[in-house]
This record gives sequence, C-alpha cells and structure tokens, in this order.
Amino acid sequence: MTGDLIFILLALLTLVPAVWVVLSRNLVHAGFGLLFTLFGAAGLYAYMGADFIAVTQLMVYIGGVLVLVLFTVMMTHVPRSRQNHGLDRYVPAAVFALLVFGVLYKTITAVPWHGAAGPAEPTVAKIGVGIMTDYIFPFEYVSLVLLAAMIGAALLTRESRPTGGEEDAPAEETSSDQEVTS
Amino acid sequence: MNVGLPHFLTVGAILFALGLFAVMSRRNAVGILMGVELMLNASNINFVAFSRYVEHAVDGQIMAAFVIVLAAAEAAVALAIVLAMYRNFGTANADVAQRLKR
Repeated sequence: MTGDLIFILLALLTLVPAVWVVLSRNLVHAGFGLLFTLFGAAGLYAYMGADFIAVTQLMVYIGGVLVLVLFTVMMTHVPRSRQNHGLDRYVPAAVFALLVFGVLYKTITAVPWHGAAGPAEPTVAKIGVGIMTDYIFPFEYVSLVLLAAMIGAALLTRESRPTGGEEDAPAEETSSDQEVTS
Repeated sequence: MNVGLPHFLTVGAILFALGLFAVMSRRNAVGILMGVELMLNASNINFVAFSRYVEHAVDGQIMAAFVIVLAAAEAAVALAIVLAMYRNFGTANADVAQRLKR
C-alpha cells in the first residue's frame, strides 16, 4: 500500500540523517543532517494530517533555528586538531540511550493502543480558535517568553568591543517574528 | 502493515534516544543543542500522533506549536550563550566553560 511506503520513506528520511547528526565528527555535516531530519519530521506531521504544525516546522525550525545553528557552528569553528570527539563517552551514552529506548519501546508495545485515525481535515481554523479561547493564557505567556529570549539573546551577544557580535540578533528576531504572527 | 499509533511512537522513541545520545556524547555545545532539538522533535511527533490517533482534536497540535515556539526561543538564547562563550574562552567546548564571565 502506498500509504505505508510513504510512511516508511518519511521515517527513514527522519531517522537516517538523525544518526548522522549524532555521529558526524564535522558539525557542519551534522547541521545539514539536522536539515533532513527536520524535513522528515515535517513530512511525518503532514502524513498525520497536522498541516499547520508541518508548515510551522518548515518555517520556524528549518527557516529559523537551523540557520541559527549553522551560523553558530561556522562562527565558532575550531580547527580539527583541537576538536575532540568524546570517544570515551560513547559507551556510557550509548548504554543509557539504549536503556531509555528500551523502556520507551517496552511501553509502546505493552500498551494495547486502540485508537483509530480520525478524519484528516484542515486544522488551521481549529488551532486558531483553540489558541484564542482555551489556550489564551499560554499564548500570552509564550509571547512574553519570546520577548525575553529576544532581549536576552541581544544582551548576551552584545560586547564591549565595537567589532562583531551583531550577527545573532537579527536572525533571532526574524524567527520570533514568524512565531508571533503564526 | 497498517500504519498506526505505535509506528509513530517508535519513530519518536528512536529519535529521542538518538538525541539523548548526542546530548551525552557531544562535547561541542552546538552539538549538544542539536541533540536537544532532536529530542524536542521526538516529543512533537508523539504529541501530534496522540492528537491524531487518540484524542481526535487539536489540543496536542497546539501543544506541539508551543513546543516549537519554546524550542526557537531556547535555541536563540543558547546559541547567544555559545557565542559569548566562544568570545571569552576561544572554544565552544562545553567542558571548558564553567563560567560565563572571565
């Protein structure tokens, strides 16, 4: 069935670059792996009928957060010789991550899920009504959080020297602007 | 195979474990942040999957939207901190930086 095939392709598009994000020694490569992972996650949201979340993911994550991450990777570039990879941490990290995944997978398989997919219909209007009625206070708090984050990022990147340090503020501003309007 | 809720939850669990691995094994602060982004995406996939297959409403999707907003704010502040750290210490290694000021 083509639906299953699309799901498998989207899941692979999400998970295979995620392995690359985790294991790549070059952080620029990891950033581009993150691009494909976020794109695959957006595809999964679209597959589940969450059109608004998929578009928001594309705009905020890929258009905002990922650009910020890549900028920072390139601005704080360290030569390869000084970049250590934490090989001694791979074993405990892998053990702990596998343990957490085991618990999660055990839970997923143990619970008898009996949910069937609801009808796939546009969600933008419902989300707008929900944000303006039931979730009005979280919505306002989130706008405060975005304002605080904007001021905080601008303050942190400000420096006493006249050169540099201005790169982060405009990109950050655009990413929060998108969210306030959405 | 009939794609249902457990498949999406499994994808989310794998993504979460990968993000956790990145957070624990990376030394570069930006790499740690990438792991956090993976974990937030895993939680978002779970939110949307439950909203589609269990809840049949959009509350889970609204929560996912809030998660995306907070992830954007968190990324902005965290990357500003990384830049300040790089300016003060000349490295983005999370082990070296134990103070924000020199």
